[in-house]
Amino acid sequence: MASIPKPISTSPIGGLPGKFLGWIDDRFPLTTLYKEHLGEYYAPKNFNLWYYFGSLALLILVMQIVTGIFLTMNYKPDAKFAFASVEYIMRDVSAGWLIRYMHSTGASMFFVVVYLHMMRGLMYGSYKKPRELLWVFGCMIYLALMAEAFFGYLLPWGQMSYWGAQVIINLFGAIPFIGEDLAVWIRGDYNIGDATLNRFFAFHVIAIPLVLLGLVAAHLTALHEVGSNNPDGIEIKKNIDPKSGHPRDGIPFHPYYTVKDLVGVVVFLGAFTAIIFFAPEMGGYFLEAANFIPADPLKTPAHIAPVWYFTPFYAMLRAVPSMFSSQFPGVAVMGGATLILFALPWLDRGKVRSVRYRGPIYKAFLTAFVVSFLILGYLGVVPTTVWGQLSFLGGVDSATLVARILTVVYFSFFILMPWYTKIDKEKAEPSQVTY
Amino acid sequence: MSAIVLDQVDPQKRRLLVVASSVVGAGAVAAVAVPLITSMKPSARAVAAGASVPVNLSAIEPGQQLTVEFRGAPHWIIRRTPEMIAQLGKNDALLADPKSESSKQPAYTKNAARALKDEWFVVKGVCTHLGCSPTYRKELGAADLGADWPGGFFCPCHQSKFDLAGRVFKGMPAPLNLAVPQYMFADDKTLIIGEDGKGA
Amino acid sequence: MKSIIRNLLAAPALVLCLLASSTTVLGNEEAVLDTAPINLKDQASLQRGAKTFVNYCMNCHNASFMRYSHLTAIGLTEEQIKANLMFGTDKIGDTMVSALDPKDAKEWFGGLPPDLTLVARVRGSDWLYTFLRSFHRDDASPTGWNNTVFKNVGMPNPLHDLQGTQILTKAGEKEEHGHKIPIMKLAIDRAGTMNQTEYDLFVKDLVNYLTYMGEPARPARTQLGVLVLLFLVIAFFATLWLKNEYWKDVK
Repeated sequence: MASIPKPISTSPIGGLPGKFLGWIDDRFPLTTLYKEHLGEYYAPKNFNLWYYFGSLALLILVMQIVTGIFLTMNYKPDAKFAFASVEYIMRDVSAGWLIRYMHSTGASMFFVVVYLHMMRGLMYGSYKKPRELLWVFGCMIYLALMAEAFFGYLLPWGQMSYWGAQVIINLFGAIPFIGEDLAVWIRGDYNIGDATLNRFFAFHVIAIPLVLLGLVAAHLTALHEVGSNNPDGIEIKKNIDPKSGHPRDGIPFHPYYTVKDLVGVVVFLGAFTAIIFFAPEMGGYFLEAANFIPADPLKTPAHIAPVWYFTPFYAMLRAVPSMFSSQFPGVAVMGGATLILFALPWLDRGKVRSVRYRGPIYKAFLTAFVVSFLILGYLGVVPTTVWGQLSFLGGVDSATLVARILTVVYFSFFILMPWYTKIDKEKAEPSQVTY
Repeated sequence: MSAIVLDQVDPQKRRLLVVASSVVGAGAVAAVAVPLITSMKPSARAVAAGASVPVNLSAIEPGQQLTVEFRGAPHWIIRRTPEMIAQLGKNDALLADPKSESSKQPAYTKNAARALKDEWFVVKGVCTHLGCSPTYRKELGAADLGADWPGGFFCPCHQSKFDLAGRVFKGMPAPLNLAVPQYMFADDKTLIIGEDGKGA
Repeated sequence: MKSIIRNLLAAPALVLCLLASSTTVLGNEEAVLDTAPINLKDQASLQRGAKTFVNYCMNCHNASFMRYSHLTAIGLTEEQIKANLMFGTDKIGDTMVSALDPKDAKEWFGGLPPDLTLVARVRGSDWLYTFLRSFHRDDASPTGWNNTVFKNVGMPNPLHDLQGTQILTKAGEKEEHGHKIPIMKLAIDRAGTMNQTEYDLFVKDLVNYLTYMGEPARPARTQLGVLVLLFLVIAFFATLWLKNEYWKDVK
């Protein structure tokens, strides 16, 4: 039986509320917006676990903004008072500790969710035509997010904040010719100081959030223009049910995916609150022990590592040796590792989107890529001496050697992609989604 | 055929489940709102800074005013002369609230002189109209306040006038007498504002 | 096909396990630490620790983010705090700042002794517990003291009257890379007023207090956490039921 799909919640409203809605619709496209983006936005019915992370990222963005507003009410962006004001929030402000932990845990969880979201895009070819711009906006969100996290990490003005920012700003100092002046310009001083903190605060609470919100709006607009991809990577719009005029494999986002995402939200909140309430430091990965010491420009902590979400890139930076008495090559590699993501839609020459129908070479490359990213992430956390030295290679640290190999693996996933996606033996896509 | 087949719809059950989830969701939102809202209350530091203020009375001459800050607001201690105290009773007919029935003060100062000891007048120096701080004008019959001015306080913002017990005159913009804070005498020479030994 | 995805899912989980099992980022490589028997619910212990902190540590160190008034959370009344713990000030809302003049500190110790409010979050309770029991005499050091957990520490043992004086003695040898390396052991040279069990308990109370002071919100945090997770369990079933009901439509 082919009944006409008509979600209950879009049934016309009668009476006074209906009149009020009509009054609004004559002046603002409320019903149209609702239909386009929720009630009659048709999404493929075969979304799996990987499709929760987009809505979760949006949830975290909102939480970060809300908790951030309340932290700003008590935080002082002043090198003399910043550290103390964070402790003030943790102790003297009612429920301040909770708001702070929500924000600090939210920062790390944002990256967890975004990395998984990006992984989904990689696996199912969500960046391929016609979704290139959707992917590019996503990459820009990722870059903005890294900037936001970097600026925010200086604000507690602890030892890790200070020395982490020191290291990253000095990366800019490695750029040939202009580097030195650029680093001074970024800091607004000869060393990281009050001026740096103040401008980082401005970027963290106003500039980058505005950019992020704009990019998220663009990302969603692009998504709703082209429609969601799915684990089979086939276009549901190509298979329209003539009776209803809607895709045969599509279901209205609301109510079906709103109720489904709601379950995902609750599960996510379970993990999120478990961390907030029982392990807010997460063994030193979300809040580092050395950051409970106020910033001291005269004393570097024994072991500095960036926060975990930067460590894959940090490991690449350390792996690249200095050349021509400049550490710029390392910086360039690190920058290239993030920027190369943008090129993905134009590197992939495969006919199919989803990993389900890709050939063995692609699968091998994707697996190698993911494994190298994870191991690089681990190596960025630990000292390079972690696996000892290789005497037959002149005493080079084994970890450094591994990081070098993995950096090559990381890049070859992208650079060799036009070649291996072309020669790979792909399977035939089904005509309808697997559900 | 289409992906949606409405052959198992039980509208009543769905409505019930929507309500249940909505209640849970509203509970979650409320639970998040609580810490955010409570974080805007005065912090432990503000409470510590707003603790009672001791005032040494030994240097205050009769007729003199001393201003101290308590919880960010000016508080006055005025050592009234016997003449000033005598004048208070004569003002009653001119006042809006001579018995301080609707004004704010601790019970122990709800008397003719609005004080624990008639000689020492302790009052919050904030006009009950719109929050300006009035000026102490003790000189009788001041030129700008009229020949019958009995001494008191004058608010420069909207010309409210109060007598030397902080009571507002009739027909003024200010509706109530100046507020009296909690206070006590630790000994003859020490006043404590913000604490009266009777619990907060 | 499915197996690839499963592998991809398993890989991050594996790495997380690896990370979790490795020591914390700021680990201490050399010394083996004893486990501090921390119990933040033991208010009597916290109160004894607070007293020790005020009487010993605060001669030189500050806890400048900790207000005396917060000590009501470990079961003390404001009167008890004022009578037993406050010496330098009479305002209950003040922070726990030492009477030591920073100028004197510079002269005596060459710098301000570190603030201890957050020391438990920086070092960890186990480190503190071991550190406070690992001082020993060392004639080569300017203070005459050294510590097996914190080499060349700038402070003398403030508790030596209680613990007694320890010395580092050779307890044996072990072979490593063909070299003989002496195994050193701490031993009491001159007894203090406490025996070892008493002193360990004394230090435990102090570390318990320091741990509490590092994060006064911790007891409330874990308590609230249980309630929140219980709520989310209910929310999970409510939303799952709702989802399953609506997804009956999807064929």
